[in-house]
This record gives sequence, structure tokens and C-alpha cells, in this order.
Amino acid sequence: MNKSNTISQGVDWVVIWLYAILVSIGILCIFMVEYRTDTDWLQTFLTGKTNYSKQLIFAGVCTIVATFILLTDSKLFTAFANLMYAFGILLMLATFVLGKNINGSKSWIPLAGGFNLQPAELCKIFTALALAKYLSRQETDFSKLRSQLIAALIAVSPAVLSILQHELGLALVYSAFLVAMYREGLPAQILVFGSSFAVLVIATLVLEPNVLALAITLIAVLIIFLLRKQLKKNKRLLVLIVGIWVFSVGTQRFLVPYIFNNVLECYQSTRIYSMVGKEYDCSKNKKSEKKAGEKAARKPDDYNVRQSMIAIGSGGLSGRGFLKGTQTRGKYVPEQHTDFIFTSLGEAFGFAGCLVFLCIYLFLLFRIVKIAERQRSTFSRVYAYSVASIIFFHIAVNISMTIGLFPIVGIPLPLISYGGSSLLTFTVLIFIMLRLDADRQMVLR
Amino acid sequence: MPAFNQNRGKIIQIIFGVVFLVIAGQLINLQLFSVKYKLAAENNALFRKVIYPDRGIIFDRKGKAVLENTISYDLVVIPSEARGIDTLSFCKLMDIDKDEYKKRMRDIIFRTGYVRIGVFEALLSPEMYARLNENIYKYPGFNLTERSVRSYPYHTAAHVLGYIAEVDTSFLRRHKDEGYQMGDYAGYTGLERTYEKVLMGERGVKNYIRDNRSRIQGSYENGLYDTAAVAGKNIHLALDVELQKFGEQLMTNKVGSIVAIDPQTGGILCMVSAPTYDPNYLTGNQRGRHYVDLLFDPRKPFNNRGIGTYYSPGSTFKTIVGIVGLTEGVIDERTTVTCPGYFTGCGTGKPKCLDKGTFQFKEAVAHSDNTYFSTVFKRTLDQQRYHGADSALTVFNSYATTFGLGHKLGIDLPAEQRGILPTSAYYRKIFGQNWYSCNIISNAIGQGEVTTTLLQLANVMAIISNKGWFYTPHMVDSIEGGDEFNMLDAFHEKHYTDKRIPDSIFDAVQDGMQAVVDYGTAARSRIPGIVMCGKTGTVENYARVNGRVEKQQDHSFFGAFAPRDKPRIAIAVICENAGQGAWAAAPIASLMVEKYLRDSITSPERKAMLEEFSKKNLIPKLMRIAMEKRDSVKQAKESRLLEQKMLKEAADSADAEENNTIDGTPATPETPAAPEKNTRKITASVAILNNTEKKQKRHTA
Repeated sequence: MNKSNTISQGVDWVVIWLYAILVSIGILCIFMVEYRTDTDWLQTFLTGKTNYSKQLIFAGVCTIVATFILLTDSKLFTAFANLMYAFGILLMLATFVLGKNINGSKSWIPLAGGFNLQPAELCKIFTALALAKYLSRQETDFSKLRSQLIAALIAVSPAVLSILQHELGLALVYSAFLVAMYREGLPAQILVFGSSFAVLVIATLVLEPNVLALAITLIAVLIIFLLRKQLKKNKRLLVLIVGIWVFSVGTQRFLVPYIFNNVLECYQSTRIYSMVGKEYDCSKNKKSEKKAGEKAARKPDDYNVRQSMIAIGSGGLSGRGFLKGTQTRGKYVPEQHTDFIFTSLGEAFGFAGCLVFLCIYLFLLFRIVKIAERQRSTFSRVYAYSVASIIFFHIAVNISMTIGLFPIVGIPLPLISYGGSSLLTFTVLIFIMLRLDADRQMVLR
Repeated sequence: MPAFNQNRGKIIQIIFGVVFLVIAGQLINLQLFSVKYKLAAENNALFRKVIYPDRGIIFDRKGKAVLENTISYDLVVIPSEARGIDTLSFCKLMDIDKDEYKKRMRDIIFRTGYVRIGVFEALLSPEMYARLNENIYKYPGFNLTERSVRSYPYHTAAHVLGYIAEVDTSFLRRHKDEGYQMGDYAGYTGLERTYEKVLMGERGVKNYIRDNRSRIQGSYENGLYDTAAVAGKNIHLALDVELQKFGEQLMTNKVGSIVAIDPQTGGILCMVSAPTYDPNYLTGNQRGRHYVDLLFDPRKPFNNRGIGTYYSPGSTFKTIVGIVGLTEGVIDERTTVTCPGYFTGCGTGKPKCLDKGTFQFKEAVAHSDNTYFSTVFKRTLDQQRYHGADSALTVFNSYATTFGLGHKLGIDLPAEQRGILPTSAYYRKIFGQNWYSCNIISNAIGQGEVTTTLLQLANVMAIISNKGWFYTPHMVDSIEGGDEFNMLDAFHEKHYTDKRIPDSIFDAVQDGMQAVVDYGTAARSRIPGIVMCGKTGTVENYARVNGRVEKQQDHSFFGAFAPRDKPRIAIAVICENAGQGAWAAAPIASLMVEKYLRDSITSPERKAMLEEFSKKNLIPKLMRIAMEKRDSVKQAKESRLLEQKMLKEAADSADAEENNTIDGTPATPETPAAPEKNTRKITASVAILNNTEKKQKRHTA
């Protein structure tokens, strides 16, 4: 009696409802993908052999975990934040030893019962907690560069480990913490700079190197011409402009090719290039050279994106109907139950369905931002923003890649995609936030 | 906490909102404004399976199936699923080598793609099917599929029935709007072609959903857009399959044709064209090889000599000349003409006649007197009332036309020829404006420019037997389930010869024709107890040999009908280069008539005759030479191949014990070590083509 009171007290039921709705939609989508006309769906739901019934089991486990989280004390999270972060980093390091190769990324630790754990997923929670912990310290003055660098380090370390595990998508997720940091006073210039840099990289891919260099030079000359009066007074501005020009040209000339040829795997480079409609020459890739003996590099192939776009595009306004999507039933979209789960929804329920679905997501995000803003303690606010931005980043990247707006990187759709690790991560993320929110009157540090 | 950070919460919400708007924008673009994705999805997933109905079956006049459908099996493969199979054992199983396997796979991938079904080997032999059926599970991606194939239980009537074959691009062009597609089969010759629409039935379509590897997932929209297949209609022929077979037996090792018509209906009772082939040779997986063999056979077995070859009618044409002469009144039954050994009318000493003496009409027919009919023909053309040979010939031709000469009769078989009935315009060109009857006197005895098909000749016999009317000769008597395309209407229309010809004239001609059989030229072919009327023909013919025109052995002709009072069969027989009409064609015709009217040959003399003519080898000399040449070339080629193979094998197994035996055996097809493929080829060609005892055995067996 008492317990149920303590659980429900102050808990934000709107988020819980949204959570439940999204998980249900997820199971439904996985069911659509796996469904076969000749099987008894009720039976397969209960036997636990199909992915949707597994997801149902995961959801059950997550409910238990969520309940436990709500039963804990909020102080636990502040107290153990750094310890958990360290534990997370350790787990990720352990992956290099114990890791199991799944789909080309060695980021899984096999557990008993055929389940696998992906530490990089869990590490998102720990990073969010550690970041919140660091920013909520009284000594931390986030306007100082040193603090900003330390905060960045907290976010970047697991990202670097993820890249080493060939999980580019998961690594990219850590850039979501920029949003949370921005809320805490990170200069807007960094966001502007960051997005400009992203545009530059994409332009490098799309345009001819010489054309782009010419364009950058022209822009620089134009700015110098427009600001010629100020430049006379302020020589440092000129230095800055020239510096930016040198950096831009350097990036498109050397840095981006270097990253594509030396840092990224051949398949990743190929994917990114195929996204912008270009072929990537794998023979330039240093990493593929090493493995050349094993397997010949495959031709660049935009099959995934094409099929995914066909699936979504064929949905039309109202969709083809529940279980009637031919793309889904014919298994034309690879990895449809995980990364491309959105396609089954888009095909079955069309634009109307997608819009409703996106609204649910947007409502959840806004609700979390609202929760974040009503916190008294910085720790809870930072954490809630981290949750919002992580979820947002997942949604944006995942959906964008299924509709051809972003290169294909393997990150799941929160609460929808099949996968225990992913579902558990988001459950824990959200329910820790709800736990903290329930204690929003407290000041946690 | 700095207050200005508060509004950053709003900015973040705006950023979220903007990104979601961008996503929604792209969704609008994809889902609402792009049609191509819907089409692409259908192209991906919709699989239209054409359901082939069973082709109609063809029955003879007694309800025996001349042609049936049997199930055969194709070995099909989906290349993408067949990766990594044990190619070596598979090749061994299929009796092919690895290069062949690779080549076929490449072809399939090229033709149908990597993930779709392609035919690896069509129409498996029963042994191969049995062998594969046991082992197919070892080779994922390979499968056996059923296919309906024609089979011919009586091994007969190849020319009449025709064959079906896979449609080619030119066929598809010609039948653009009829819904054929690559891989379909259609009738190419014979009845299969004429009655394609009836026999084919209606194809059905089933829509399936298939997955990314072309596996069927289930029906599309629960079969809402499916259409059912309608089986082809069965056809009943006027043909008597027993008679047809009997005729083919008689025509073994001869070149020529037999056409028999039921005069009452115009239905074709049999149409034999020799040499023929077993229609079963053009089904099955050896079809291509057999086809080529037949195509290059010097005897041209694909030619239907019943309707496709022009023959000078020879003396059988005298019946027409006689009828016209009697009708025009230039002679009567009692007119006599004397033959001193040649025709005196034109002063050229031609044509010659064999029996000297004076003949009345009946005797002239009975002894086939050339002078008599030359006289009749000359008198007909020289009639004063027509003012010249020009218009007189036109009158003569108008009679002949009503007897079905000089134009296609309209039989329901493709490739019927017209025959030639030369007009006055034609002769003006050759002989000038003032040509006269003596220029074309050889036409009087059927040796001139007049040519007919054998079918036309048989039809003339039917007309004479009916005393002046006929139905268009036709194969098909009825179509089960109704004649939907009105294909048989033309065969129910009675045609009359020129109305001026009274029955008495036909009586006179029939008298003459009866005399031919009773005591005339074909007396040897009289059937005890049956009144048969007939007319022999002996046609001189020439062939170009090494650039020189040489006279060949005469063609043997015979036209007849029986019984005289109530004619049930009219028949025409040609036996190429077999000598006089009475030597070969007449006995064959008489045997056919007896077989049809009495169902069997009973008397011992007649049985002996049957035996004799079944065994007689009357292959024309020229063809025999050509065949020998071909066979020796073939043999030389084959033995050379064999020798090479043997040398190779010997080299391969140099250490093996049996080395000696291989070296010791001569390189002949009988060698046990010979590769199976080659020997099979040889036996196959021997079985169909070579005029050795093998063919005899097949028929008598």
C-alpha cells in the first residue's frame, strides 16, 4: 500500500503512457515484419521463438526494471553516477576481449541464454549520469573552457571506444550531449560551428574538390571585400577569416578524404558516398587493403535505402493496410525488424500513420523538455535534457536514414526497434528521469 | 543559475520541431508526391503466374485419342539458391561436365536473372527424372516442375497433327495482341496450328506476392485479380487412325502420299505423306537434335506431300478431260478413236500410246488411251463456237475450277498449295498470240503445265463418285463444346460442279473407271466383292542431276473411289518414281480401300499383296544416293570424333590395365567404350530415318 503510493507519487504518468504506447507500437511493427500467413500468431506470440514474442518478453523484463528504478532513491543515482560511468567504460574495454562479432561490429558481450549485451548502449545512461553529475557540481563553472573540455571528454570517451568497436552510429549518438551542454551554457558558436562543419563535410562529398575550393575561396574573398573597412581597424579579424579559409580548404582537401580512407571502414565510406549518389573506391581505403585477401570489396550498393524508400513511398496517404505491405511481407528491406522498423509502419499506415507516430514522439520529447525545465536541481535537468537529446538524435537519424536523408548508420528507433539492449537502455534512461522527476522538489547533487 | 539559459529550452524545442518538420516534408515527398515507389513495390513483389490450361486432345472418327497430354518434368533452378552445392556430384548425376554446368548457369542468369527460376534442363527423360527425384534434396535451389507434353499413342499422322514449339520473337511479333509471352508453346504446323485458338484454351493468371528471393509468400489480395484457366477444347477428326497407320505402313520406304476422303461429308479419312516420322520424336528433350536430323534429310520428311507438293496429275486428269469433252458434246460415249501408236492430230507423233487399236470412251478410259483423250482435248479447244483456243481454254478451265483445281480447296491445314491451271494469258506469253490446241496437247493426258495437289486429285475422285458435288475436304469433324470461332462453317457448304454436266456423263466416266479396275490398266488391284472405280496415272518426270536434266523413273498415280453405288471412300495415291500407276499406287490404293471398307485384309492373295507392298523399297534413286552420301559423311564424322575421344582416353589411362583393350578395339559406334552420347545419337537417327529393317520392325511390332 505504502509502496504503491511512493511509486506513483510525483511520477509523470503522461510519459509512462507514451512509453507504453510506443513499446506496443514497436511490438506491433515487429509482428508485421515477422508475420506469415501460415502461422498461428497467438501461439507464436506465446512460445517466445519469434522476435515479436521475444520483444514482448523484453518489455516484461523492462517493466520489472522500471518498477525497481521507481522504487529506488534518487540519491542513489547522484551517488553512483561516476562509479557507474567508470563501470561502463570498463565494460566497453572488456568488449575488446570478450566481444562477439555481430553484423560486423564487435561490440557485444555474450550472456547466458543466447542473449547478448551491448555495453555501448548502457554507456549512454552512465554518460548521461556522469555528465549531469559533473555539471551539477558546485565547483563547476561551465562557462570556463576547462569545464567544457572535461564535459566533452566525458561524452567523447565512450564515443571513441564505440568507433573502435566499429559502431559508428552509436558513437554519433554521443554528439547528442551537445544539446544538453548547450542548455547549460555551452556557447552557441560551438553548435553553429559544429553544424557548419557538418555542412562542409557533406559539401565535400557532393561537390567536386576543385569547385568547392573555389567556392570557399570566393566566399572568403567576398567576406573580406564586404568587411574591408573593419579589417583596416582590426587585423585579427583578417587573420581569423584567413584561418577559417585555410581550415575549410584543408578539411575538404585532406581531412575528409583522410577520414574516409583511413578512419572509416570501407563499407561505411561506401554507404556514406552512396547516400549522396556517388561511388566510393574501396581500393583507396587503408583498412580494406589489409583485408583484401579475405573478401573482395563489394560494389557500392544503395539497395537498403532504395528498398526502404520504396516501402515507405508505396504507403501513400493512408497506407496499404495492416499486414498488407508487400515490401514488408516480401522481406525486401534488410534489417527491417531493427534499424529499418520505420519502413513497416510507413508502408502499412502511410503518411497519416507516420504523422501520428511522429507526433507521439514529438509529444514525448516536448514533455521531457518540460520535465527538465521544472527541475530544481541541475543534475536532474541535465540528465533529462540528455535523455531528450539522446532520444531525439536516435529518432532523427534513424528515420532520416530510412527516408534517404542521412547515411545508413546502425542506430535503432527508440522503444520501437527490436532488441533487448536498446529497449532496456531507453527504459532505464526514461525511468531514471521519472524517478528524479518524482523528487523534483529535492536538490540533488 | 543564469536566467538567459532558460530560453535555450525553447530553442531546443524549436530545433526538435524543425528536424521533425524536415522529416515530415520528406515523407510528404515520398508518400504523397512520388508515384514511382508504389510501382516499384509492385514490380518487386507482384508475381503473375500464368496458369496453362491443358491443351485440347485430338480424337479420330472412332473416338480414339490420336494425341494426348502426358506429364513431363523440367529441371529448374534458382541460381542464387544453388550456390555452394556439390557441383561435382551434380554434374555426375546429370551426366555433364563442369564447364557445361557453368555455361548453363551463366545462360540462366543472363536470361532470367539471378534470383528467378530458370530451366536448367527441359523435358527430362524418365530415367533422368527418377535419378534426379531421389537426389534432388541434396541440391538446394534445384527443383523438378511438371509440364504437360504432347504424346502420340499411335505414333502416327505427324504431318496432319503438326507440332507445338516454344514461341520465338517473330511469332510474338505476328501475334502481338493474343497474349503470348516468351516461354509459351504454340502450334506451329498442322492441326495444332490451324486450331491453335481452340486447342489452346484460355490461360489463367494467378497473382502472388513473392519475397526478396522470389519465393512465393501467398496470394495477392486473396486472389481478387486472378483469372481461372479454361482448358482447351477437344477436337474430333474425320480421320481413321487405323487407316492412317495402315497407309503409313504401306508407304514405308516409299516417297509419296495417300489422301482418302469420305465423299459423303468431305472428311479426310487419312492423309499419309511418306516418308513420315514418329511425332513423338519431336517431343521430349532430344527434340532439337531430331528436328535438325529431319530437316536435313534429303527425302524432306517435313513436307506434307498430300497438300504441299505439286504433281502433274498424269492420266488421272483424263477423267476431267473426258467429262468436259462429253459435256461440251465434242464426243459421246460411242465416239471411237483409233490409235496407230501415237496421236496423229498434231502431226508431231506425240503423245504416244501403249495400246494400239480403236476405242470407245469406256475402253479408252479403261486402257488409258492417250490418243483418245488428246483427240477429245483438241476437239474441245478447237470448237468453232468459241472462236479460238483462248476462249475455249477459258471454258475448259471454268469446268476444271468447279472440280476444285487451280485453287486452294480450303482444307483446315496450313500450307496448302493451289496447283496450277494454266490460263490462256499464260500460253499467249509462251507461244504468242496465235497459239493453238496442239501447243498444249500434253495437258490432255495430265503431262503439261497442269499441276495439282494430291488432295485435289482425291477430291476429284469424290466429285466423280458423287456425280457432281462435294464438301470442302477437311480434317476436323466437330469441336467439343461448340464451334465458337465458326471454323467449321465452310465445311458444311455443299459445292456443285458445273450444272450443265448431267448424271449420265458421270455414269459414263464411272463405267470407264470401273472397267479400269475390272479389266483395264489396274486389273491387278481389283478387290473381290467390292465395286471400285479407279484411274491410273503414269507421270513422266525429270530432275536436274549435276546440271543436266535427266529423265527419272515415272511417278505412279492412282485415283479411285468405292463402292460405286454408295461411295464411302475416295482415294488418291502417289508413289514417286515407282513406275506405272498400276505397279505401285493402284495396289496400295486398293489395299487402303479394302482396309477401310472391310476393316482388314482377309484373302490370302491380298494378304500377300499387302506383305509385298509393305516391304517394297521404292525410294527414288536420287534420294538414295543423297542419303548414302549423308550417312557416310555422318559416319566418317562420328568415327573421327570417336577416334579422337578414344585416343584421349587411352592417353589418360595410359597406366590402366584395360589400356590394351582400348587400343585394340576399332573405332566403330559398336565399341562398348564409346561415349554413351554418341551411340545414343546414332541409334536415334537410325530409328527414325534409315531405311533399314529397324523401321520395318517398328511398324510390324
